[in-house]
Amino acid sequence: MTQYCDDPVILNQWHPLSSFDEIVVGQMHSTVLLGCSISYQLTAQGSLSVWLCNDVNFSLPLKRAYGFLWTSLGTPPDEIFVVEELDETDRQNVATGVFGVNVSFGRAIENFLDMGHFPFVHTGILGEEPHTEVKEYDVDVSESRDEIMATRCRFYQPQASLASEGGADVDYVFRVPHINCALLYKSSPGYEAEGRMDVIYMFLQPMGPEWTRAHTGMCVIDSKNSYQGIRYFQQVIFGQDKSILENQFPKRLPLDSRAETPIRADKSAIAYRRWLTKKGLTYGVIPAI
Amino acid sequence: MASFQQFDVEYEMKVDLSQWHPIASSSDLPLRHVYQGQLWGRELAVWRADDGHINVWENRCLHRGVRLSIGLNEGSELRCLYHGWRYANRTAGCTYIPAHPADAPARTICNNTYQCVEVHGLVWSAIAPESSFEGQGVLEGLEPLVLRPIPIAAPLHLVQKLAADYPFGTLTNRDDTSLTLQYGQAKLQLFLQPVDAGKTIMRGLLTPAPVDSVAALRHHNATMTALRDEIELAATRLDPPTAINVKFAPVAKGLARMPDIDNAGPKVELRAKVARKWQVAEQVMAFRLEALSGQFPTFQPGAHIDVNLPNGMSRQYSLTNGPGETDHYTIGVKHDIASRGGSTCLHDDVQEGDVLAISAPHNNFPLRRDAVKTILIAGGIGITPLLSMAKTLKAQELPFELHIFAQSKDDLAFPNILHNLGASTISHTGLTPQATCDVIAGVLANYTPAQHVYICGPGAMLEATRELATKAAWPDEAVHFEYFKNTHEIAFNTTFEIALSRSALTLQVPAGKTILQVLRDNGIEAPSSCEQGACGTCLMTVIEGEPDHQDVYLSTTERAANQKIIACVSRSKSNRLVLDM
Repeated sequence: MTQYCDDPVILNQWHPLSSFDEIVVGQMHSTVLLGCSISYQLTAQGSLSVWLCNDVNFSLPLKRAYGFLWTSLGTPPDEIFVVEELDETDRQNVATGVFGVNVSFGRAIENFLDMGHFPFVHTGILGEEPHTEVKEYDVDVSESRDEIMATRCRFYQPQASLASEGGADVDYVFRVPHINCALLYKSSPGYEAEGRMDVIYMFLQPMGPEWTRAHTGMCVIDSKNSYQGIRYFQQVIFGQDKSILENQFPKRLPLDSRAETPIRADKSAIAYRRWLTKKGLTYGVIPAI
Repeated sequence: MASFQQFDVEYEMKVDLSQWHPIASSSDLPLRHVYQGQLWGRELAVWRADDGHINVWENRCLHRGVRLSIGLNEGSELRCLYHGWRYANRTAGCTYIPAHPADAPARTICNNTYQCVEVHGLVWSAIAPESSFEGQGVLEGLEPLVLRPIPIAAPLHLVQKLAADYPFGTLTNRDDTSLTLQYGQAKLQLFLQPVDAGKTIMRGLLTPAPVDSVAALRHHNATMTALRDEIELAATRLDPPTAINVKFAPVAKGLARMPDIDNAGPKVELRAKVARKWQVAEQVMAFRLEALSGQFPTFQPGAHIDVNLPNGMSRQYSLTNGPGETDHYTIGVKHDIASRGGSTCLHDDVQEGDVLAISAPHNNFPLRRDAVKTILIAGGIGITPLLSMAKTLKAQELPFELHIFAQSKDDLAFPNILHNLGASTISHTGLTPQATCDVIAGVLANYTPAQHVYICGPGAMLEATRELATKAAWPDEAVHFEYFKNTHEIAFNTTFEIALSRSALTLQVPAGKTILQVLRDNGIEAPSSCEQGACGTCLMTVIEGEPDHQDVYLSTTERAANQKIIACVSRSKSNRLVLDM
C-alpha cells in the first residue's frame, strides 16, 4: 500500500535507510520511504549513492551518521541531531536489528517513551508486577534544540540489563530529537558513580503512514556481553512490543487531545503529540481538529 | 451510545445502525475467552463474565487504543494487555490503573459499550438501536440448532439476494437481513450479519432441532459453503466496496486530562431499591441495593456511598462488593446504640422493596495493588471496605492477610464471604484492648518495603494501630486508614480569613462557622460527604498559611506538610489561609 506523501514536515527530514553493518558492498539494495521506492549502493571503491526509482533514476541527498545511511525526499537541514555518546570511543555501538511493524511511526515512538507497559509487556525483563508505579518525572520541550526530553524517570526492573543481576530501580532519560527518532539513556551497571549511561536508540523509517521499519541499536559501556547477546536481548524486547503496536487503533497517531485518555504517566507522550501538532505534521497522524 | 451515529459518514451502501444483528454464537464465548466480532465495520470485544453476563464493547482500550480482544478475561474484569488497566463487567468502567497505584481512577473513564441480548444460541447486538431487542417470534418455544456461521467476502445486499437460492424447501419470508425457508415441519432462518462493506456472515438457525444434529450440521455446512463460493464468485464481478470508514468518538472533555482531584463530590442522584435485607452478624444488617433503572456506576475497592435516609439524614457506608459484582451494591450497617438515628432508621424502618436515594461511589480509601504484601486490619463493622479489598486481592492472586477483631464469633459480619476468602482471613475474638494491641504489634512486626496496611475500625483501635505501625518503622505512606467518624472534640471558636487563589476572592470565617459553610454561603460549590472530618471528600490544597487540623483523615506526614486541609472541620492557626481554588 503506497500513498504519495505531500507533507513537507516529514519530506524535509533525514530518514534512516540502513545500518552500514547491513550494506553488502557492491550489491544494490532496495527499500521504501514515504511510499517511494528507493535504492542505494556502496561500491567496492567506496562510493555511496541513493536514488529514487522512477522512470528516471533521481539522485537523493545522503548522510552517514551514527553507523547509519540517511536520506531525504525533500530539502533536509545541513546537520542531523547530535548524540555525543555515540562518538565516545570506549563504547560498543551495536545495531540490534531492523523490525517491520504495521503501525505509524508515531505509535512506535510513544511505545518507546512509555514505561507503564514494562511489567505487562516485558514481564520479568524490564518490569514485573506488582512494581507497576510510574513515578513522577519531568518533561521539557527544549526550544533551542527543538527536542523533547523526559528526565528524572525511574522504573523498577527485575533484570535491568544483561550485566545486572536482580531487581532495582533504574534511571532513564528519554530524548526525542527528531519526529521519528528517539533515544533513551539508562543507568549503566557499574558506571552509576561516573554518571555514565547506556544509550538505546530507535531510528524509524516511515515506509508508509501506517507502515514502519524500526532500526534499533544500543551504545553500551559494558563490555561483558557479546554482540549476539545484546542483539538477542533487544530483539526479544521489540518482539514483545510488536504484537501490541499492531493491535493499536487507529494505526495513525491521533493528535487530538480528546482522542484517547492520557494519565500522568503519559506526560512525555502528551508532549510528543503537542510537539507534532505544533510542527504541523499531517503524515502518519490524525491531526487535531 | 448515541454518539456513534453522529460520526457516520455517507456510505455507498445502505447502513442501518439501528437494527439488531447476531454477532456471535453462544458457543463462541467459552469460559474466560474474549471473542472478536465486527458489525458495520466496528470491531467488537465480546466476553462473558463468570456470572454469565455478556459484555459487548468497542474493541479499543480508551487509554491507547489497543484492541480489548487481545486482553485478558479475568472473570469479573477485562484487563488490557498493554498497561494492565482493568475494566469492570457490565459497566465497562475502569477500576484500576497500575501506573498510578495510589489513585482511584476517575470513575467516568469508561469504554464504549453496546447493548446485547443472548437468545436462541446467538448473541445479538446493535450499534445504535432505536428500540430494545424484540426477538425472533417465529422461534418462540422452540430450541433451535445453531448452524456453523459462514463468513462470506461479499456485501450484504448481494448475499441477501443470492441466499434466496439456498436449497431448503421454499422461501416463505425475507427482509434486508434475514430469510426464512420452510421444508415440511422444518424451518431454517438465515440471519445476515453485515461485518463490513464487503464482508457478511451468514448465521443459520434450524427448528425444530433435528435428532441427528451432527448430520444436520454437516449437511448445512457443506450447502452453505457451496452457496458462499457462488456468492463470492458473483462478488468478483462487482467493484470492491470501500471499507466502512469508522470514526472513533472522542472521549469526554474532562478525560483528556487526568484530573488531580475529583471536584464533583458525591451527589445523591441515584435511586436504589432495597432488593434484600438480611442479618449478617449480631446487630448487623446487610442491604443489597439495585438500580431502579439502568445500572450503577463503577466502584473501586474502598469506595463508599452516601445514603439518604427516610428520616432526612445522610450517612456514608462502604461497599462490600468484589470485582465485577456490578449489578448491585451491598452495604453492611451496624446498629449503633448511641446512633443519632442513621443506623436505627436503616435497621428498623427501611424494608425490602423501599427506594433510597444514594450517591455514586466515592473513593477516599483506594487500594494499591503494587504491594508485595497487603495487610488488612478490621475492627468490628470496619470490615466492610476491607471485604471489597480482600475480594479484589484474592481475585488478582495478590498476597494479603485480613485480620478481623470482634467481640465474639457472632459479631463477625458476612461470615459466608469470610469463609470464601479462605486461609488469608484470620479472626480474633473476645480480646481485651491490650491483647488486641499485642496481636496487632505482632502482625505489624517485620516491615519490609512495598508492604501496605489498611485499617478500618473504631477510633481508639485505629489510633493505637497507627501508633504501633509508626513504632514498627512503617512509613506514613504505607499506612492507610478510614475512620467511621471523628470522635475528637472540634473547636469552632477561631476567626480567620481565607483567600481563594484562583478566583481572587477573600472571605472571613467567623467563629461557629466552618470553611465549607462560608464557601457555600458565598455560592461556591464544594464537595463534602461526612462533614465531620473523617471521609476526606472535602480535601483542599493549601498554598499559604498554617492549618489547624481537626480531622482524622490526613496522615501525620500530611498534617505536618500543611499542604492539605479538610475544609469541613479544620481551621487556621495563621490569620490567613490561601486555598488553591
